[in-house]
Amino acid sequence: MPRLIASFGLAAGILASASAWAVEISISCSALGKEHEICKQGVDAWAKRTGNTVKIVSTPNSATERLALYQQLLAAGASDIDVFQIDVVWTGILADHLVDLSAKGAADIDDHLPAMVETSRVNGKLMAMPWFADAGLLYYRQDLLDKYKRPVPQTWADLTETARIIQDGERKEGRGDFWGYVWQGRAYEGLTTNALEWVASFGGGTVVDDKGEVTIENPKAAEALKTAAGWVGTVTPEGVLNYTEEESRGVFQAGNAAFMRNWPYAWALAQGADSTIKGKVGIAPLPKGGPDGRHAGTLGGQLLAVSKYSKNADAATDLVLYLTGQQEQKRRAVEGSFNPTIVSLYSDADIARANPFIGDLVDVFTNAVARPATATGQNYNKVSTEFFNAVHQVLSKRAEPAQALGRLDRDLKRIKRDGWK
Amino acid sequence: MKIVTRIGFWLLVIAIGLFALFPLYYAIISSFRSGAALFTIAYLPERFDPTNYIAVFERQPFGQNILNSIIVAGSVVAISLALGMTAAYAFGRIPFRGRGLLLMTILAVSMFPQVAVLSGMFELIRSLGLYNTLPGLILANLMLTLPFTIWVLTTFMRELPKEIEEAAFVDGATPWIVVRRVFLPLMAPAAVTTGLLAFIVSWNEFLFALTFTLTNERRTVPPAIALMTGSTAYELPWGTIMAASVIVTLPIIALVLVFQRKIVAGLTAGAVKG
Amino acid sequence: MTSAVAQGNVSVPQQARGRRSSLTRSRIRSAWAFIAPSLIILALIAGWPLARTIWFSFTDANLNNLSDYEFIGFENYLANYDGEWLGLLTDPDWWHSVWNTVWFTLVSVSIETVLGIIVALILNAAFPGRGLMRAIILIPWAIPTIVSAKMWNWMLHDQFGVINDLLLRLGLIAAPMTWTANADTALWAAVMVDVWKHTSFMALLILAALQMLPQDIYEAAKVDGVSPIRVFFRITLPLIKPALLVAVIFRSLDALRVFDLIYVLTSNARDTASMSIYARQQLVDFQEVGLGSAASTLIFLIIAIIVVITLAAGRVRLGEDPR
Repeated sequence: MPRLIASFGLAAGILASASAWAVEISISCSALGKEHEICKQGVDAWAKRTGNTVKIVSTPNSATERLALYQQLLAAGASDIDVFQIDVVWTGILADHLVDLSAKGAADIDDHLPAMVETSRVNGKLMAMPWFADAGLLYYRQDLLDKYKRPVPQTWADLTETARIIQDGERKEGRGDFWGYVWQGRAYEGLTTNALEWVASFGGGTVVDDKGEVTIENPKAAEALKTAAGWVGTVTPEGVLNYTEEESRGVFQAGNAAFMRNWPYAWALAQGADSTIKGKVGIAPLPKGGPDGRHAGTLGGQLLAVSKYSKNADAATDLVLYLTGQQEQKRRAVEGSFNPTIVSLYSDADIARANPFIGDLVDVFTNAVARPATATGQNYNKVSTEFFNAVHQVLSKRAEPAQALGRLDRDLKRIKRDGWK
Repeated sequence: MKIVTRIGFWLLVIAIGLFALFPLYYAIISSFRSGAALFTIAYLPERFDPTNYIAVFERQPFGQNILNSIIVAGSVVAISLALGMTAAYAFGRIPFRGRGLLLMTILAVSMFPQVAVLSGMFELIRSLGLYNTLPGLILANLMLTLPFTIWVLTTFMRELPKEIEEAAFVDGATPWIVVRRVFLPLMAPAAVTTGLLAFIVSWNEFLFALTFTLTNERRTVPPAIALMTGSTAYELPWGTIMAASVIVTLPIIALVLVFQRKIVAGLTAGAVKG
Repeated sequence: MTSAVAQGNVSVPQQARGRRSSLTRSRIRSAWAFIAPSLIILALIAGWPLARTIWFSFTDANLNNLSDYEFIGFENYLANYDGEWLGLLTDPDWWHSVWNTVWFTLVSVSIETVLGIIVALILNAAFPGRGLMRAIILIPWAIPTIVSAKMWNWMLHDQFGVINDLLLRLGLIAAPMTWTANADTALWAAVMVDVWKHTSFMALLILAALQMLPQDIYEAAKVDGVSPIRVFFRITLPLIKPALLVAVIFRSLDALRVFDLIYVLTSNARDTASMSIYARQQLVDFQEVGLGSAASTLIFLIIAIIVVITLAAGRVRLGEDPR
């Protein structure tokens, strides 16, 4: 902590002395709503402190559109945006256009969640700073568990059985559209996060391991996919094959599902004033694959990075360090329930008061499984696309797990041909 | 028999109207709802809550976005029609060698997927210094509307009987005067329709508008709507998006109603001897 | 009547030609002056990006560093690595996307053509509220595609979507359909949304053609007591054929490049991907500018072939003279 303040004071001092050359920094933040407000307050505080000005550039909500826009700007070497808010899996894809923060970020980086730090590094170099974390969670209906006298499921087998019991019971009471478990099965990045959770929880690895070896063709991964495919049409509506986060939240929040896999954002909404399930919801780590499996939520979240083409890279770096620093992360956690990436904040009393379940999350985040973005670098999107398409085929019963994984293994090795680059 | 035909006719009109209107009607209902109500089905509005409409304008310069869209689409239509009308006269009324090839070349411009030209266009717009400006967008959108305008107007131009300009030429009129005095009035229905279609193409354009603008004040409507987010990244602010969608249909409806008379006027203009 | 139409394409009589040759020459000069501005603008805005795409299709360019690439000939299209054939032309995903796109185009444009003619005929009739109706049919087109596709996605949701609810209430289906989750119904759903959105495009162009028809033909037909259906097939259809063909061609061009609609409805699912989705995935998601440009160039070639076939089938001669 003192070290942080010291480095901070130093940076502020340098900038204050240079305030005659006050510069304008552009940062890409969320476009609207609360996220925008919180971002604006943060950058305004920095601007006031340093005498610089900050302009917020709104970027599209959809991750694919946002990445496409970033790539377009960066490929043209445009200096219009200095600081980019990037997804944890984009570091490798964009690394060639980003400033190496290894030296300036070294002082603070060890305070952050190791898994988040890992996503910020490319070939050992720190290309971004962690800003906030996300991870897959299991949402359950406490009232229904009580009604059917079932515990919170610890394994996927438990969950399947409990989901079936509740679904059958509720349907007998005339609720024909009630389902056991909803998640995200559309052929998009979200399915990669869901499927990785199943595979990792069964001990089936993370598709590509840390060393870059393709590991997906194994019996545990096949078992995981078989379990998931078994839900579709029984405890999970077939429509889940085209659900994203909001479609599954729609079913759950309308009170039509016992369990849901989603990100932490759904909590505040499920407990909102107009929610039909207010006060009836609980969250837990996602189930284990079996007695010897593990709880695995896929790690998500956002990082901040500085563009190589920025005309004011030093000031931009300073802004990044400020926004990802302890004080700002705490403010964001209290006012916007953004999950901090600095470990010590999870035992912070103010944050715990504002956000009672934050203490439960620290375990989820420390055990979270990262997508193989670091190992696959620029090829991550190809790997992810191959993976979610293979899984989608299994889920829609167009392929057997073992057969699909065999094909996936072959395709991934072909992509890897000359190493991951 | 006549009554049966009339009833059948009106049933058809109603069916088409319902098919076209139902989604908009549903959008209007949704725009008055918010939060969890989104996940339930309603066929009638329960209450008229203008919150979403206020939010659309409060949280962003949406009025400016609409104005930008109107400026861009209006300019694109004006330029497309001006260039298209003269080119169509040349292609449709004057026999010269290489017409077919030229027309095919112009059509070929519309055969590449938009995403493939995006990156080259981006470099072009930047090198012209038009990045994040409305003229940049107007220029880019011309690529989408110009081939279409030229082709449609050429087709209609060719359909007019060939005696039409003979008299004028005998009187010593220049081709330019012939286009303005003779063809412009005759082509009114086709020009209005083509202009309307070009307007909507430009009005709907998303990819160029998103890539070639950077600040909220310069954005047109489609990217502005795409940028609407809820309180978190995953939440879809459905009510606000629906309110915005309802708002953006209004200028189009107004436009059609304004040009209505022109389209109808075409009925009589078309009655030239064939 | 019909014979007069058939003779419409006969060229200017011989003797008239010599008399007006100087006039013709000056008109040809003015023709080039009239065409030049359009050509210059198109060359400026489209020439460079298109040439660049074709050039990149023969290179191994990557979005990561666009200035550093090598010319690799046709390797993006077809290449032999250690006895294994690779490249776009051997990729089953590519051919699947081609088939999806062609199927989508055939079905949706056919439906839109028929519906468009019906709607245009209705709007051409005089009835109270015609002006309103004209505005109504344009509404689907006025809502930006990115919004309307999401809207339909929501309405087609299997659990809380209004379409299933409506069909259930009307007794047309017994259980909720999973419209977009299943590859077979998803493409039909895409066709339905496309028809909803673009029929007005067809209808308005056909309507403009109808309105420019000479009215006296109809008067004569009426006097002769020809049935309306006969009038339509014998007189109206042949007369509006050129405009109809142009409408079909431009609608097909759009449908063959379909992107947002299918993307919003089913994302990157391989079973429903269109050619543009494939190209975009290579260009943007995978950063393979070379391969993506090759896919775009193939899309261009495929579309060009289809257009030429359509023009030939419609017996359109581009160098045609006015009637």
